Order: sequence, then C-alpha cells, then structure tokens
Amino acid sequence: MTDDILKVSDLKAYYQMNYYGNNFEVRAVDGIDMSVRRGEVYGIAGESSSGKSSFVKVLAAAIRPPLRLVSGSVRYDFAGHPIDLATADARDIEAIRWKHLSYIMQGSMSVLNPVRRIGRTFEDFASRPLNLRGRAFRDRIVAHLERLKLPAEVLQAYPHELSGGMRQRVTIGLATVCHPEFILADEPTTALDVVVQKEVLKLLRDIQKEMGAAVIFVTHDMSVHANVADRVGIIYAGNLVEEGPTREMFSAPKHPYTAHLVASLPRIGDTAQRPALDGRPPNLAKPPPGCRFHPRCPLAVERCRREAPPLETVSPDHRTACWRWSEVAPLVDHGMRQEVVR
Amino acid sequence: MSTLLDVRNVSKRFTTGGMMNRRSVQAVEKAGFAMSAEMPEIFTIIGESGSGKTTLARMILGLEEPSEGEILVQEKRVDGRAGRASRLDFMANVQPVFQNPFEAFNPLKRIDRYLESTARRFLPDPDRATIEAAMDAALQKVGLSLAEVGGRFPHEMSGGQLQRAAIARALIPNPRLLIADEPVPMVDASLRMSIVNLLRSLRDDYGVSVIYITHDLATAYYISDRLMIMQRGRIVEIGPGHAVLDTPEHPYSRLLKAGVLSTADAGAGRLSIDPDIIAAAETLSRRPGRLEDRDDGRRVMVHGSAPNAAG
Amino acid sequence: MFTVLHDLVRYNIEFAIGLGLMTAIVIFAGLSFVSPVDPTMVYLAIPDQPPSAENWFGTNSRGQDLFWQLTFAFRNSLVFGFTVAILSRIISIAVGLTSGYVGGWVDRSLMFVNDIFVAIPIFPVLVLFYFVFRDDLDSFRLALIMACFGWPFDARLIRSVAMGLKHREFTRHAVFAGMSTRKILFEEHLPYVMPIIFSTFMNNMLWSIGFEVTLAVLGFTDINEPTVGTVLYWANSHSAMVVGVWWWVVIPIILVVMTFLGLFLLAVSTNEYIDPRSRLRRMGA
Repeated sequence: MTDDILKVSDLKAYYQMNYYGNNFEVRAVDGIDMSVRRGEVYGIAGESSSGKSSFVKVLAAAIRPPLRLVSGSVRYDFAGHPIDLATADARDIEAIRWKHLSYIMQGSMSVLNPVRRIGRTFEDFASRPLNLRGRAFRDRIVAHLERLKLPAEVLQAYPHELSGGMRQRVTIGLATVCHPEFILADEPTTALDVVVQKEVLKLLRDIQKEMGAAVIFVTHDMSVHANVADRVGIIYAGNLVEEGPTREMFSAPKHPYTAHLVASLPRIGDTAQRPALDGRPPNLAKPPPGCRFHPRCPLAVERCRREAPPLETVSPDHRTACWRWSEVAPLVDHGMRQEVVR
Repeated sequence: MSTLLDVRNVSKRFTTGGMMNRRSVQAVEKAGFAMSAEMPEIFTIIGESGSGKTTLARMILGLEEPSEGEILVQEKRVDGRAGRASRLDFMANVQPVFQNPFEAFNPLKRIDRYLESTARRFLPDPDRATIEAAMDAALQKVGLSLAEVGGRFPHEMSGGQLQRAAIARALIPNPRLLIADEPVPMVDASLRMSIVNLLRSLRDDYGVSVIYITHDLATAYYISDRLMIMQRGRIVEIGPGHAVLDTPEHPYSRLLKAGVLSTADAGAGRLSIDPDIIAAAETLSRRPGRLEDRDDGRRVMVHGSAPNAAG
Repeated sequence: MFTVLHDLVRYNIEFAIGLGLMTAIVIFAGLSFVSPVDPTMVYLAIPDQPPSAENWFGTNSRGQDLFWQLTFAFRNSLVFGFTVAILSRIISIAVGLTSGYVGGWVDRSLMFVNDIFVAIPIFPVLVLFYFVFRDDLDSFRLALIMACFGWPFDARLIRSVAMGLKHREFTRHAVFAGMSTRKILFEEHLPYVMPIIFSTFMNNMLWSIGFEVTLAVLGFTDINEPTVGTVLYWANSHSAMVVGVWWWVVIPIILVVMTFLGLFLLAVSTNEYIDPRSRLRRMGA
C-alpha cells in the first residue's frame, strides 16, 4: 500500500485574460511535480496568490476559464477507475465525483443549500453514488453521522440552525459518506474558533485513518499542518519549493521560505524575538527571473537571480528547490520536544 | 497615577427581532479595566467569536453606545454622538487599526490619500511640506517610506504592507492609544510577524499603548504585558500576560489554551482535548460569578454556589 | 479620457454601435443650428411631398420640410431628456447617499418624502400643471417638473448601496482619518454608485422623452415648439397615415428607435466599464 494514488507531473495552469487591450497571463501553477500516496495526509501550504488555490482547482477537476490547463498531467489511480484529468471528459469526471474523489470546502454554506434540510442534501449528493434508497439509505447515513458524533436529528435541520462546528462536521460527513479514496480539503477549518477547530481536525483525522483515504489538506496555517499532515508541500509563486515529512519540515527545513514560515509561529512560553520576512509575494503575471523567492531571500546570491533551482532530493522523501539548501538552518529553536498541553 | 483609558462597568445589550419575538443579547456584561497614562503597554483582549471583544473595542472607539457604565479616555467620557470638534479631539488620542487590510483602504483610491487627510486634519499648522514630512515620518516608523507608498493603489501592495500603512496612518496624529482589532489573521503567514513586531516597537520605541484584540493565544503571549480573556461577554480572567497564559486558572482559559495547536510535536497529531475542561467551561458560562484577586496580580472569575469545577 | 474612449470603441462592440447611433442623432440634431428654415413657420414648402432629392424626408401636410423640422424636434427632445436626467440624478444622489450613510431620523424623514413622491400619480399631476400654466408650459418648465418626479426610485437604489458602503471598513477608516461627511460621500462612496447613476441616467432619459411624447400627442404641451412629441401630435391631427403621408410618422419613429437603442447600448457598455470590480481588474488587481 505504498503506491501513489495521485501523480502530478509538470503541471502548468495559467489564467489567460484579455481585458480592454491588456493581456494578462497569470502563471498560477507553473510546473508542479508531486505525488500523494494511498492513505496519507498531504498538507499544502502557501500564502494568498501563491497559486495554491488554482492548484486545488485543477486537482478537483474544476478548471473554468479564464483558468486553463497548459501542460502536464494529473493522474488519479482509483481502484478500477484510473483517470487523467488533463484528458478526461465531463462524463469520466462525473463518474468519479463523490464516489472516488470528494471535497471539503472552506465555507460550509457553499455546499449546504440553505433552504433544504440536511437530509435532503445528503440524498442529493449520495443517493446515486451509493445506489441506496429509502430506509436502507437513511440507516447508512445515520450510521455514518454517528461516527462523526452527530445525532440523527441533524437530518431534519436546516443549515442555519446548526453551529459553525456542526455544519463543518456535516460537510465532512457529506464528503466521506461514499467512502472516497481521495479527499480534497481546502481550508476546512479556517473560519472556526480554536477549540472547535481542534475538534473538527481530530474528527477529520480519525475518520481518514479509519477509511484509509488519502487527503490533500490545504491551509496557510502551519500549525494546522503540524498536527494533521504526514507530509507537507510548500507552494510559492506557482512552484512547489519544498516538500518533506512534517516533522522534518519543522525541525530541519531546507528552504529559506519554509524556515521563515516555521520560525514565524510564536509559541506560548517563549518570547524570543521572531523574525519577520519583508517584501511581498511576486506578481504571477510577471514573476522575477531565476529563483522566484530571491528578492526576499536572505541567502540569495548571484546564481539565484539567474537560474531557477530544480527540486532536489536532500534526504528520503524530502525535496527542496534551493541552490543553497545545505546552508539553511532553523531560524529559531522550535521546541521540538514532547510538550504536554494540559 | 493618571489613567489613559478607564472602562467602568460597561455592558452592552443588543435587541433583535420584531415586536413578536423580541430577543436581547448580552454582548458585553459589566466589563471593567484601566490603562495607565504613564506606562505604555500592550493590553490584549482574547476571545472567540461571540465573546464581545469586538463590541467592547467599538464602544471604546465611540462607534457603539454602552447600555450601562461609561468609558473614559484621559478623564473625558467617550461619546460617539458628541460634536465634530470633540470627536476630532478624541481621534487625536485614540486611533483604530482594522481587521482586514484589503478593506481598510478604498480599493479605487490611492493609499496616501488617507494619510494626507489625517495629516491635514490633525497637525497644528498643515502646509504641503509639513504634511509630507509627517506622512514620511509615520511611514518610516512602520518600515515603509513615502516613496514606496505614494501614488500606489491598495491592490499594488501586500496585506502586510497595507496593514503597516494603516498603522502609519493611525500614528500621524501621535495618538496615545491604538486599538488593533484582529490586525493579523488576514495577513499572509510570512508577513504576520512584521505586524506583531511592529506593535511591540510602537510600545517600546514610541510610547504608544496598544489594545490588541485577538483569538490567537500564541501571539498574545508573545507581545502582551497584560491580557484579559472574555467568554460570552464576561471577563473570566485578567492579569499579567505570561502568568495568565502559563498557568490559566479559569476553566475557560484552560480550554482556550488546550485548543492551541502546538507545533512542538509536529507530525504526532495530538488533537484530543480533555472533555472535562470543555464541560466545565460550558457549565460555568451560564453561572453567575465575580472577579476575585489573586496574589500574582491576576483576577479570576469565581462562580458561586457549586465548588470550582476545575479541580 | 481619449484613451478610455479609444479602448471602449476598440474592445466593446456594444459601445461602438451605441456611440455610432448617438453620434448620428446628435449631429442630426445639431444641424438645426444651420437650418435655413424657421420650424415654427408653416406652408413654406409644397405640402405632402414624399421623400425626394430636394426634401430628403419629404414634407408634411403643414407645408414644412420634415428634415429640418425633425432636426429641431430631436434637439429639443434630447435637451429635454438630458435636463430631466441630470436634475433628477442630482437629487437622487444627494438624497440616496445622505440617507444611506447618515441613517437615523435623517434617513427616516428623507425616505418619508421619497415615498410621497413615489405615491403621487404623475400623469394627472402633469395634466394639472398644463392647465395651470397653459401656454407658459415650455419644455424647460416641463423638464423641471419631471425632474421632481424622476428621482425617488433611484434614490432608494442608491441608498441601499450607500448603506452597504457605510459598514465597509474603509468608511470607518476615512472617519478616523478626519474626513468630513461630505468628503466621504462624494469622494469615497460616489464611485461605487456611478454604475447605477449611469444606467438610471439613460433610463431616465428614455422615460422622460417617452413621457413628453405621450403628453404632446394628447396635446398637453406647447404644441408650437417642435419636439418628437409635437411632430407626432401634428401628424396625428392631420391623420397622416390615413391620407398616405406615412413618412411623417415612420421617419420620426425610426429616428426615435435609433435614439433609444443608442442610449441603451451606451448605458450597458459604460456600465460594465465603470463598474468598480471591472475597474479594479483593468488596473491589474
């Protein structure tokens, strides 16, 4: 069970717009190579306009103009249903939706129809893929909700009658009820309060373990990644700049950007001055030459301005795109100890 | 000792609904604290959504009228409906920094317009040269310059830069107090620390007091001198920042600390929260209580009748 | 300004067509300034002549050359529509923005007045004004009266946008930057209601010209002043279609349709252009 369920190679997806004579080509995803294994949680981190949400759109087969897939392939290896999104047509994609590939989105309200009871929404989504109806369908849903610690009564409720945490649990229920092999979770807990967020994350993690589904978990919040992801990939300016096992990414990052992201998380019990990274993420319509991080990078040298570094394997499972990766050191001691929060 | 800000037993009720199903929500209940004029400090208000922290901030700014109690800034009562002259007087001392830097500036207008307007209104004798000097000086304090910001539109800058420009704007009248309502979450991760560190430097280098409103305990620990924790409109714990967060006493404070995602055990995925703390925090939120002093300078809400369920 | 026009014409086909139509109509109306004939005089030409090389649009039963007659009619009608639209826009912007932003009792009393104007039936009132003023009801006075009735619906529309803007963070930011209420309304909020103002401007012109035609056809305006309405009034009173002088009716109607279509296309395309969202996109946000 170590084979890949998703393999993305040399993926390029650009926004192409023509607006009153101004031509824009925004290279939102510009040559990403990565893969996700069966049953793992792969965290994707990146800031706004880094291209991570465009990347997720491509993975979710939700490419709409002006976003266009320029080159590369996105291969899912579902049991009995291998598919390449770059060449698949609408029917193929419809066949894998929810049953093999499902989503948890940031705003639960975008999935839940505000004027339909939750039960009806479940019917809309899951009745056909599960091929169940009536009593049998209801029993299946109730059993599933029980796993999520939701009472059967929520099926009678309207979305606005539930709290934010409950709603997000319902969307997790919707995404997992068909036992998909792959789940795309896009900032699923960002709008929640801290305590609720932690509960929802735990639930998501538990049900993922139980079902053995692979998850791509997208959030800008590194502390969430620290707690849910097996591996983390960092996206900067349309490129994957580093990926590796979660623990290593925090204790021994090999890209200066990752080092900064990790170091800028303050911690209770520690008031050591945290470094701030200046500048702004580059405009993807005209990215800087060479390494796209060089204008903000403290380690940048002449070479970084000219040549873009390739993604290099630095230790098992750990790849980074930096000419000077061997000189990258953790910026602060991030207290990788077994702290007991109590 | 004179006070910069004195919040005296302030409550705020909102009534919603029509005639048939009138409901009132207690957004803030008998909140009280004071800040000294001599010692600049960062005072943090921690709370989840619905805790009343933003309502409290809006009342301090005079954007909302307290239902009970009063708020004094430098011994003068805050009154949002006072005349324009006295409001401008107030704004010269208290300035806000808002949550969303992308919304803080009109997207269709240049950024420097807000700085210029502030300088023109609040400087004693504004001519072209002094206005520009004041704008540049304020921008320098936040690590920007007029050359970088002048003539730019909001979409040309990052969230971090915008938030710093907003803080620079607030600094032009030389206010004594800055009220920053969740200034960080909308800013990109790599740029957040620049804002947090800036608030620190405002206190240390320029003697500005800051009320920092957040739900993030980690940054609160990082910069606060004092802090208070609010639960459903009530202050449940208030005191020196490190003491309160190192050893929170009220169950709700402990729950919030337990909710923090630790990076210390990255990859291990320890996500459980002790259900007893959740239950205790929940029950106590409905029970009346009063604040009691502790030796280390903090005050904690103790709830009558039943013994402290924290045990 | 010139580059904006250039961009619009080049990349927006609706705008190009609308601009073409309106330019033709405006030039046509402008020809009235070099007209060799006085439009108020009758029997200067042979009546009832069909369109020919000499009389391009023919002549009517009153012995007037229709080409020159219509140049005056369109000039007067366009000026009339413009006056009504501008005056009523000014009222609706002032009322809508103030009401939405200030709120409270100011809002309540302004909206009370607003609703009274919505409730008053405009047609009988205009007829009443005609009986009061009689021959003094020239098109400028009529424009003033119409402007008083043309604002309330749009003021409500603007108010609802202003209420949304009031709660945007940049508005509060502007308050703490010491900006006066007037400055906030006219510099911060006005750009956001411009799309509404533009589209309602065109609508209002259409509405007022249409109303003028209605009144004139019924004879409730100064029928000696050539407008689109009075041209049709005379055509009707001479039973133009019955006696076979079809060009007296058909030509003005074709021109009116061109005007309305042109205004409509301009409204739609400029609307898209000045919409804040599309403005931001053009700036590269």
